[in-house]
Amino acid sequence: MQYLSLVNLHVGDRCKVARIQAGSSATRRLYEMGFNTGAQIQVLKNDRGPIIVGLGGHKIALGRGLAAKMLVGMDQ
Amino acid sequence: MPITIALMGNPNSGKTTLFNALTGANQHVGNWPGVTVERKEGQTRHGNQVYTVVDLPGTYSLGAFSEDEVVAREFILTGNPDVVINVVDATNIERNLYLTTQLLEMGAKVVVALNMVDEAEARQISVDEKALSRRLGIPVIPTVASKRKGIDELMEAATATIRAPLNGHVRLSYGESIDGKIAELEDLLKNGDLAYPPGWLALKLLEGDEYLRKVVDVSLKLQGSDEFTRFWDEMAVQAEDFQLEIVDSRYKFVGDVTKDVVRRPEVAVQTTTDKVDRVLTHKYWGMPIFAVIMFIVFQLTFAIGQDLLGRWMATGVEYAGGLLESLLVTVNAPQWLIDFAENGVVGGVGAVIEFVPLIVILYMLMGFLEDSGYMARAAYVMDNTMRAVGLQGKTFISMIVGFGCNVPGVMATRTLESKKDRMIAILINPFMSCGAKIPIYLVFIAAFFPSYGGLVLFSVYALGILVAFLMGKIFSKTLFKGETSHFIMELPPYRKPTLGNVLRNMWDNVSGFLTRAGTTIFAVVSLLWVLAVLPVGVEPYGAESILGRIGLLIAPIFEPAGFGNWQAAVGLFSGIAAKEAVVAILGMVYAGVEEGMELVMAIREVFTPLTAISFMVMTLLYTPCAATLGTIKKETGSAKWALFSATYTFAIAWVLAVLVFQVGRLLGFS
Repeated sequence: MQYLSLVNLHVGDRCKVARIQAGSSATRRLYEMGFNTGAQIQVLKNDRGPIIVGLGGHKIALGRGLAAKMLVGMDQ
Repeated sequence: MPITIALMGNPNSGKTTLFNALTGANQHVGNWPGVTVERKEGQTRHGNQVYTVVDLPGTYSLGAFSEDEVVAREFILTGNPDVVINVVDATNIERNLYLTTQLLEMGAKVVVALNMVDEAEARQISVDEKALSRRLGIPVIPTVASKRKGIDELMEAATATIRAPLNGHVRLSYGESIDGKIAELEDLLKNGDLAYPPGWLALKLLEGDEYLRKVVDVSLKLQGSDEFTRFWDEMAVQAEDFQLEIVDSRYKFVGDVTKDVVRRPEVAVQTTTDKVDRVLTHKYWGMPIFAVIMFIVFQLTFAIGQDLLGRWMATGVEYAGGLLESLLVTVNAPQWLIDFAENGVVGGVGAVIEFVPLIVILYMLMGFLEDSGYMARAAYVMDNTMRAVGLQGKTFISMIVGFGCNVPGVMATRTLESKKDRMIAILINPFMSCGAKIPIYLVFIAAFFPSYGGLVLFSVYALGILVAFLMGKIFSKTLFKGETSHFIMELPPYRKPTLGNVLRNMWDNVSGFLTRAGTTIFAVVSLLWVLAVLPVGVEPYGAESILGRIGLLIAPIFEPAGFGNWQAAVGLFSGIAAKEAVVAILGMVYAGVEEGMELVMAIREVFTPLTAISFMVMTLLYTPCAATLGTIKKETGSAKWALFSATYTFAIAWVLAVLVFQVGRLLGFS
């Protein structure tokens, strides 16, 4: 499966978290907030500033630098 | 034997609302020993029993990620609460149950308050709480804390759980290799005589918990064990994978528990939050809207707090002062005591009390924004701008808190995870104009710009933010280099703020202000009064008094800024003790009265519109008050930074005040 960086996705895209390549503490924090492997997310906003994603019905804003390090697999 | 309930939950799960619903007015706010995390405690009654409820900090996890998490964890393990009420947001159950899983791992007695079931219903999310309870092995009680629904049932379940023995210990499987390592490590720790259950400790160590690692390292070294060190050396390579696998295992457990228990609609219901967010977080409109909201906040504060309620308060203080004076005259009190009561007490403390309505309104409006969920959006829309100056969006929240008071503002920087972000946020916080400075601006506004009150106030605040940004940029390029940390922030759904929360938040802040008025400010004002009437025989508050001489000594410093008179110098000098004292002292030295129209008239004679502006700039930016400096020392762990803060802010304030005055004069203003 091809992985994409979260920043390259468009509003409305649904995907699954595959791997996070940030520093270990940021990665952990993301995991604990629910961005663990396989978690379903949807891009809600991606223009300027942090990207907003929907996760389990809630909205979480992620800085662009961090979003760039989150690799996701697109849902078919 | 008092029964203790610990309240635990994710941020935005409605934990504070539940705490307020449980304890009502019986609350006490303090600090956890050794750290600056706020400790909230209250009493509640169920049947004939009184319970102590401890509100633990809202966290996503029980690792050692932040001070908040460590505090919460330590309390559950070593504070011996009889039961933990875990507040779980019914609309976001999977993420919330992650924390529940960790509580179960710790072997705590847990009752789940499945909160905000009304919101879940509105979003067509259904939760079979009976099945959930069965699978978790603990009671799950649906609640709507904001409407006080389910509180009795919750307390009933908590009471039953306290009485019942702990029903087993949930032990998750983290996969063969990790389970094996846990067992191995547990064996090593068993004889260690540590304060934590060895199984749990083993798990946490494998998760890379640095806090516990240190604890264990220290105590095992003392007992001469190097087996532990050896174990760890062998582990090193796998450590990071293990950490994430453990988190994944917990989520897998949560997934199994919630399977067929939680049902969501195929397509998420379009909520009001989504619609509102499309406007408030808009890529172009988000920021202007934020500016307008803040402007309205200050306009309202000014209109209601000052013009309307402030007047009544002033009349009240005047009346009380007159009453006190005539009482003292009737009992034949000595003249100096009457003077002290009139000038020191009523003059000083009274002047501060008059601004209570204003602060009440400001905090209520801020609390309203906070409770509605808007503050997280403010951090979001500010992230880009903040990044441009080397900071991140969350820093802006600590800055907004600083508008109320810099002490909690500096403390609010604890949510920032990187050291660099935090140090900068602490150092720039004093530029956020605190509530205690408002009275100073108000006097000058009344004297020179009565028709532009809101605008002037807004400009002052805006200048503070601008200077803070500038200094942030400079600090991030010089003193604290390194990468700006990541922005991760939950945007909670918008909610109708509950009056209780808004009032509670306001009272927490205002009571602090009142306490200061009664203690620090009273002490400062008394001391200044003594300095103003000594040596014996001088005209009180005259240039000959000790206070006057201090003023004369430092006044030349302010000559280039246009207010090189000793009275202004004395005002600024007393402001270092407490900003609230500035107006009181200005009143006494200029007009012989504490406040009101006489002071405004006197100010109008001594200052000009231009020097009024330069004086306001000085007041806005110069050395923070003693309480803030003390907090900076505590939070940075070094007196050096407090001293640095005291001096660099003064230098900046002076330079800008001089600039305003000199440039203004060149342009022909007076």
